[in-house]
Amino acid sequence: MLDFPKWKVWLIGIVIAAGVLLSIPTLIERTTIAGYWPKWLPDYKISWGLDLAGGSHLLMEADAQDAQKQRLQGMEDSVATELRRDPRIDIGDISTAGGRLSFLVRDPTQVDAAVERMRNLTKPVALTGNRDWDVSVVDSTRVVLTPTASGTAQALKDAMGVARDVVRRRIDPGGTKEITVITEGNSRILVEVPGVENPEALKKLIGQTARLEFKLVDLSANPQDVQRGQAPPGSQVLPMADGSGFIAVKRRVMVSGDQLTDAKQSYDQDGRPDIDITFNTAGARRFARVTQENVNKPFAIILDDKVLSSPNINEPILGGRANIMGGFTVQSAHDLAVSLASGKLPVKLNFIEERTVSAELGADSVHKGLIASVISVVGVMIFMLVTYGRFGVYANIALVVNAFLILGIMATFNATLTLPGIAGFILTIGAAVDANVLINERIREEIRRGRRLLDAVETGYHEAFRAIFDANVTHVISAAIMAYFGSGPVRGFAVVLLIGVVTSVFTAVYFTRMLVALWIRRARPRALHI
Amino acid sequence: MKLLKLVPENTNLDFMRWRNLALVLSLIATAASIAFTVYKGLNLGIDFVGGELVRTEFQQSVHIDDLRARVARMGVGEASIQALGNDRTYQIRLPKPPGPESASNTMVSKLRVLIPQQFPGARVDAGESVSGKVSEELAQDSAMAIGFAMIGIALYIWFRFEWQFGVGALLTLAHDIAMTLGFFAFTRLPVDLNVVAAFLTIVGYSLNDTVVIYDRIREDLRKYRKMAILPLLNLSLNETLARTVVTSFTVLIALGVLMLVGPQVIFGLAIAIFLGVVIGTYSSIYISAPVLVWLGVQPDSFLKADDKDEADAPQTA
Repeated sequence: MLDFPKWKVWLIGIVIAAGVLLSIPTLIERTTIAGYWPKWLPDYKISWGLDLAGGSHLLMEADAQDAQKQRLQGMEDSVATELRRDPRIDIGDISTAGGRLSFLVRDPTQVDAAVERMRNLTKPVALTGNRDWDVSVVDSTRVVLTPTASGTAQALKDAMGVARDVVRRRIDPGGTKEITVITEGNSRILVEVPGVENPEALKKLIGQTARLEFKLVDLSANPQDVQRGQAPPGSQVLPMADGSGFIAVKRRVMVSGDQLTDAKQSYDQDGRPDIDITFNTAGARRFARVTQENVNKPFAIILDDKVLSSPNINEPILGGRANIMGGFTVQSAHDLAVSLASGKLPVKLNFIEERTVSAELGADSVHKGLIASVISVVGVMIFMLVTYGRFGVYANIALVVNAFLILGIMATFNATLTLPGIAGFILTIGAAVDANVLINERIREEIRRGRRLLDAVETGYHEAFRAIFDANVTHVISAAIMAYFGSGPVRGFAVVLLIGVVTSVFTAVYFTRMLVALWIRRARPRALHI
Repeated sequence: MKLLKLVPENTNLDFMRWRNLALVLSLIATAASIAFTVYKGLNLGIDFVGGELVRTEFQQSVHIDDLRARVARMGVGEASIQALGNDRTYQIRLPKPPGPESASNTMVSKLRVLIPQQFPGARVDAGESVSGKVSEELAQDSAMAIGFAMIGIALYIWFRFEWQFGVGALLTLAHDIAMTLGFFAFTRLPVDLNVVAAFLTIVGYSLNDTVVIYDRIREDLRKYRKMAILPLLNLSLNETLARTVVTSFTVLIALGVLMLVGPQVIFGLAIAIFLGVVIGTYSSIYISAPVLVWLGVQPDSFLKADDKDEADAPQTA
């Protein structure tokens, strides 16, 4: 028992010093210590959960139907572009019914050539050995492209990655804010923005698909057919954004929002808000060519399948710049400009969960949590002192050290402290002394049985450890399961419990054992007052 | 200084004498709790049934009937309103939008927009909206987590002790969880994600006591091989009684403080764990220990296992 080698004392001392050091940046405002904190020391900090700092938590899910629709549309565009390269292949009756893309090859001798070109359009899906589309021929002249399951999954995965980046750019165009945007599972994106209490504006900004397309207006369409929703081959009917009816446009895209380099809110000559957009080189060239070929014809500016406006091409637009008008307010023009500049969302996102906490409520929680923590620490400490005397003091020192270690470890892993996390902290304080209670009660017992002082202390630590170990494993099991299944705040609770269980065994068993050993060696007491 | 002793030295209480009475009482209480939970149901929060919940602070006092009438006029549907301590802070809740399965991935967030419009100066302090789909997943995950935790811990006890102890641990946990559920069903306190976290904590903490007592029973079984099982259990319980009381007391000090002065948001969590600790202390004495008698544990039950157990018990450094 007294045999406590120097290196162990040093090791325990170093661990404690590290814990205290690591928790300082969390406990003291950065600005207060900025001048005194040496640069070579670690500067980790515990981050505060939204329930303490205030802010918005938004969970979005990709709309599976929309994802499928967009994928079919994208494939339709590639098919049209691909087949245009071979003038001998003449196709018609393109259909996207039933989740499949099919078209008719007018010349039966060209079916094989068309199928060959389609096969080249499909891509292998990594690791699965499948391709992303199945190409088959039905009724000897109809080519059918069916999305494969692995292709759809891969497309969704790619889309979610792009969507995550787009969402981040929309919320934080400057890339400077401390926001969290992560994908969860296969089809979800989680956004956490501190400080934003009313997420409505945020939701509007994120939720806009912002798929911008320029298409020529189909002047050959019969106006009555258009209002009934029928368009000539190669064209489609789209609604006007202001609800003033329908318009027929060519399916072929002149230029799309993908070819933008910038979009800014601005004003037109009459002082109405509009959006200035700038195309990239390829987009500018295409826009110039198409406008040159179609002077005096109208084209449609389409946002998310709704026609914003259909201005006339008065002269070729060569500079790669254009402005979009559409009855905007300053705010809606600004939001749309941000959305356009950040790129289109590859898939529509639905909001499925939303949690907000105001900074005031968060501060109130911190305040009350702090008071509760202090009172419970003091309460437990007084109780330990009057119950175990000197050994209670050791347990109390261990308790304080434990608090520092928990904070230090949380800071090192940049863990998030949530309100339930504070509860976990208080609970850990109440329970951490359990190990000392077990040890001290056992020492009392062994002394009653007539063991000599040293022997009693030795046996007390030795016999109590088994129960301490098993009891803490049960905590670890429940806390680990909580951390795995729990979300947000609850996970914060589980993390504090987990860390607290491990550190409390260290402080309550090894650390107090050292204190007791050093004391006995120094003071050589004849009797234990416990 | 005279040290405080909550439990006098050398107690010799005959706990096992009342074990049948305690069993009957526990069975009645557990059955009543389960029946109450099944028939009355739990007051499930929006985390588990979907909907919108806002916590609003008004600038002036608002009477609850007045607020109810004005919220009804907003046309947001059936809202339930609850005052939080005073007549300026209220909690308003809306159910999830009705409709077919496909609509379940939509959520309501009407109150958050409408309240500040209708009541100038009112502040929405906290708002939560959960769609039907997410709430179903959360409910499923929570039930699974509690189930896994119970089974995982029972397996560990089996592995560290004997199968009778594992069964005892599982029954103790079932008892504690059932009683706490019954309490929530009876008081209509809302059950949210925090309360589930509390349940998982109870699973860990209520077994804390049980493990300590089981550890002592195992030790005494080896030490006193001639002693009959009932006196032996009494001995173990008395030996650990001081520790049981002192530890429960420290945990209850900490949780009591959290319950009384802590943030109102986690009151449910605090009271659930508080209650769980009280119930867990009782059940570690009157469920965990007697179960061993009914499962036929005898002082010579583990003679063969002795050597093995000695070897894999962790040793202090």
